Amino acid sequence: MLKQTALHAEHIALGAKLVDFAGWDMPIQYSSQLDEHHAVRQTAGMFDVAHMSAVDLSGARVHEFLQHLLANDVAKLKLPGKALYSCMLDASGGVIDDLIVYCIEEQQFRLVVNAGTTDKDLAWLQGKSAAFGVTVKQRRDLGILAVQGPQAREKVCSLLPAELAERALALTPFSAAWAGDCFVGRTGYTGEDGFELILPHTDLVAIWKALLSAGVKPCGLGARDTLRLEAGMNLYGQDMDEGVSPLECGLAWTVAWTPEDRDFIGRKALEAQRAAPPRKTLGLVLEGRGVLRAHMPVRMAGGAAVGETTSGGFAPSLKGSIAFARVSGESVGPYEVEIRGQWLATRVVKPPFVRNGKVLV
Amino acid sequence: MSKIPSELKYVKSHEWVKKLPDGSVVIGITDHAQEALGDLVFVETPKVGRKLAAGEACAVVESVKAASDVYAPIAGEVIESNPTLADTPETINTDPYEGGWMWKLKPSNPAEIDGLLDAAGYEKSLAD
Repeated sequence: MLKQTALHAEHIALGAKLVDFAGWDMPIQYSSQLDEHHAVRQTAGMFDVAHMSAVDLSGARVHEFLQHLLANDVAKLKLPGKALYSCMLDASGGVIDDLIVYCIEEQQFRLVVNAGTTDKDLAWLQGKSAAFGVTVKQRRDLGILAVQGPQAREKVCSLLPAELAERALALTPFSAAWAGDCFVGRTGYTGEDGFELILPHTDLVAIWKALLSAGVKPCGLGARDTLRLEAGMNLYGQDMDEGVSPLECGLAWTVAWTPEDRDFIGRKALEAQRAAPPRKTLGLVLEGRGVLRAHMPVRMAGGAAVGETTSGGFAPSLKGSIAFARVSGESVGPYEVEIRGQWLATRVVKPPFVRNGKVLV
Repeated sequence: MSKIPSELKYVKSHEWVKKLPDGSVVIGITDHAQEALGDLVFVETPKVGRKLAAGEACAVVESVKAASDVYAPIAGEVIESNPTLADTPETINTDPYEGGWMWKLKPSNPAEIDGLLDAAGYEKSLAD
């Protein structure tokens, strides 16, 4: 039996196509995936992401715990409301999950973790937190709604209580405001401006309906995938997992090496490969026609195979195809990708491919 | 409910076949197929002059979601490919039975056409 979010009945009513995503019955598209994609780039779209989990951590030593737990350093969160993107690594430097951590107050933080990894993450957190006296609480009472696009913030704020709306509008990127259990973060997974709302389930349904009436387009996981790919953002389980270090999947920028004595889990393993990671992840743009997909073989032009694509697809904003490719660390471009027996030329680019409605490559 | 025009012939693998007065046939994919595939973003049609066996994978349609093979419903030689699909593959989504045709074939054995499914037979195959 697949799990359902509080918005499940809304998806059915809108005629969504539903798929099994990490054990959840989730909308992949409502009508046209391309229209949904363009709505987010041009106006505003919303995504039910209530399959993901909010996890609250509290305790006198929670800051110290997170400095040990995460590859990025929560010392960067100087004020309540600030957010940070980080990998959570195992001792071998493999990625257990990627997450956003919010500072709520000195002794309280909130993590937002992936759906498919929630149980594994909770077990890991429980195991590691005990020594720090940190309490781990999954907020099953809350759901998450992402509202993304150039008009997203304004649409959401028109529906919030005036006092919270004023603070939400004033948020800088990667920060959050809240009133009671109504939490608004200026974050997202699309490369556009917008909010991720963390709300009690009944409020989630109410704001979904109000946003729908206000013309915000419901968007499925299909559009979410093409948007995040264009935005150069990794998908856990596809572009990274425990077998890959952040240095190998394009996330070296999320590893905080200083202070040098911060002993985070996985640090030793990362130090060992820091000078020359065995593999690297690149952005590729297909030169000709066709569609790159995940797990296509990649070779140096005319030469030996050096890896494969991890994510790929048609990029609606580029009207062409793009991919992430994981290749050996010493390989050099240009690279070719094999599609149905033919090796096709690509161009190496540094993701993101698209940001704030503009094509960058 | 997807459209299944009664004047066409079909195969279970979701191609349609239309007989032309000159004895050649036009081939495309059904409304049901385009609906299941979602927004099409790339189409590869067989080259003119290629000889196809019945059931041979000879074209590819790629949607935002996935790539799918398209099969030759009957044997024959390709005499024309729809040139507009390269730039506007979405025509197959909006107009699968007219503007979204994929290629024309000169049948090796015209009697093969009669062995294909009619609209009712195809509709039944969708329910199976």
